[in-house]
Amino acid sequence: MLVGSGRGHVGAALSVMEICRVLYDDILRVDPKNPQWADRDRFIFSKGHGCLALYVMLAEKGFFPKEELMRSCHFGSMLGGHPESRKTPGVEASTGALGHGLSIGVGCALAARIDKKSWRTFVLIGDGESNEGSVWEAALSAGKHRLASLTVLVDYNKFQSYGPSKDIQDLEPFADKWRSFGFAVREVDGHDVPALGEALRATPFDAAKPSVLICHTVKGKGFKTTEHNADWHHKAKVKPEELAALLAELEASA
Amino acid sequence: MRKACLLAVHDLAKRDPRVVFVGSDITKQNLEKFAAEFPDRYLMEGIYEQHIIGMCAGLAMSGKIPYLNTIATFITRRCYEQVLIDLCLHELPVRLLGSGGGTVYAPLGPTHLANEDIAIMRAIPNMTIIAPCDADEMKRVMMQTLDWHGPIYIRIAKGGDKVVSSDARGFKIGEAIPMREGKDVLLVSTGITTQIALEAADLLSKDGLTVTVLHFHTLKPFDQARLLHYAAQARAVLTTEEHTLMGGLGSAVAETLMDAGQGGVPFARLGFPDVFTEELGSQAEIMGKYGLTSANLAAKAKGLLKA
Repeated sequence: MLVGSGRGHVGAALSVMEICRVLYDDILRVDPKNPQWADRDRFIFSKGHGCLALYVMLAEKGFFPKEELMRSCHFGSMLGGHPESRKTPGVEASTGALGHGLSIGVGCALAARIDKKSWRTFVLIGDGESNEGSVWEAALSAGKHRLASLTVLVDYNKFQSYGPSKDIQDLEPFADKWRSFGFAVREVDGHDVPALGEALRATPFDAAKPSVLICHTVKGKGFKTTEHNADWHHKAKVKPEELAALLAELEASA
Repeated sequence: MRKACLLAVHDLAKRDPRVVFVGSDITKQNLEKFAAEFPDRYLMEGIYEQHIIGMCAGLAMSGKIPYLNTIATFITRRCYEQVLIDLCLHELPVRLLGSGGGTVYAPLGPTHLANEDIAIMRAIPNMTIIAPCDADEMKRVMMQTLDWHGPIYIRIAKGGDKVVSSDARGFKIGEAIPMREGKDVLLVSTGITTQIALEAADLLSKDGLTVTVLHFHTLKPFDQARLLHYAAQARAVLTTEEHTLMGGLGSAVAETLMDAGQGGVPFARLGFPDVFTEELGSQAEIMGKYGLTSANLAAKAKGLLKA
């Protein structure tokens, strides 16, 4: 996708790649042939800037042709720099402005409860996103409603645009915050595929509470140049030599 | 008007299982029957407007039609980004019922006044904006909201406003209503300024002038055709609104007339200037200070005809 568009929030996508992989391989009940299937599980990709990871999974599962990946961000493309539900099959909500997705997820989960449906709601948020007050408004509400069908996944990569999160807005004690808002909390290595699968299969962690899975991740995971590197939070133009270096590293590891 | 609005939500809920009521820490009054009959669809939430807008979006994405009521200022300004992205970008059928539009809460001061709600909602694609003139019209509005496409912002007036609307004139979202028709002056109004316009028309008729009062209960989509039809017959056009002059009814009328090449007609707008109306007192006192009275409207009309 970087070859095609030459831009993107690379670090934020690489930190959630395994999370998206496990969700689409093992957890979410969705139908690529019928993206609007009424009884599908809802996955709200709230940290919209990490959408490169989402697009790759949706293409692989057949929601749209893989060729679309090469046209992302181009005029008239169905794939933007932030996900849009009205453009892209499989995208549940248009996100990118941070702090919106969890509230939407609460609404989805309430609708399922009203209709006595068994489909579930998953919301992926970022740790930087958790600076937004609206995240905690939604958390209060999810706790109040005891929405056990709602699972929040936090990409806790501990880096945001400027640099290390602890230097900008430390979130610790992070798990305690969620617990005090009425969530059942688990933590996992967000790059450990078997562990992610095991944790997600165990949701809800408590039959009377919403679940949160805090995924400890590495921003820019997988490449020496991008890991823990705020320069790769967002690239408006990836230089040819940077791209060549990433591709070389990928081939070397294959 | 708020009572008519909330009781109508209950009627709609009886008719359609998709209807959900969401409140943000508001009084129970007029909601008791809904809460008793449909507890699963009655959600009384906390004071977090950003969250409840997103929550209503999630409900609507999952097939519900949420009716959300809280104070107009908080449902428009506090959560503007959520209204824009979660509701309007997604074109979801969420109904925002804003209590106390304009200067209804005058004694509570400028933090509680909604003098720019129409302007900021107008700027968002896909939003529908309705300001009924009285409780009877509110009922007609509500009965048409079930199947209306996309979000609606409904501006609720003070209550106890004189009933001037009637079934006989019909009602359709998006169609302005001529409340009376004449040839000399066109008075264009919305919400409770329609009562002011009708009184002004009475005053003008004493001077032998005939007046059209064109009531825009729906400010968006804007009924350009009906405006241009009546403006073409008039010797003067005046607008009146309980709202800032920036971006509301007067702006919409001026834009429409200019765009259509009908900008030559003598024209005046009544509304609030670019200030915070922070005088306290009552709605009538604030509107009086800024000239939103039938006497001033009639005088302005006569002035335009003489000029």
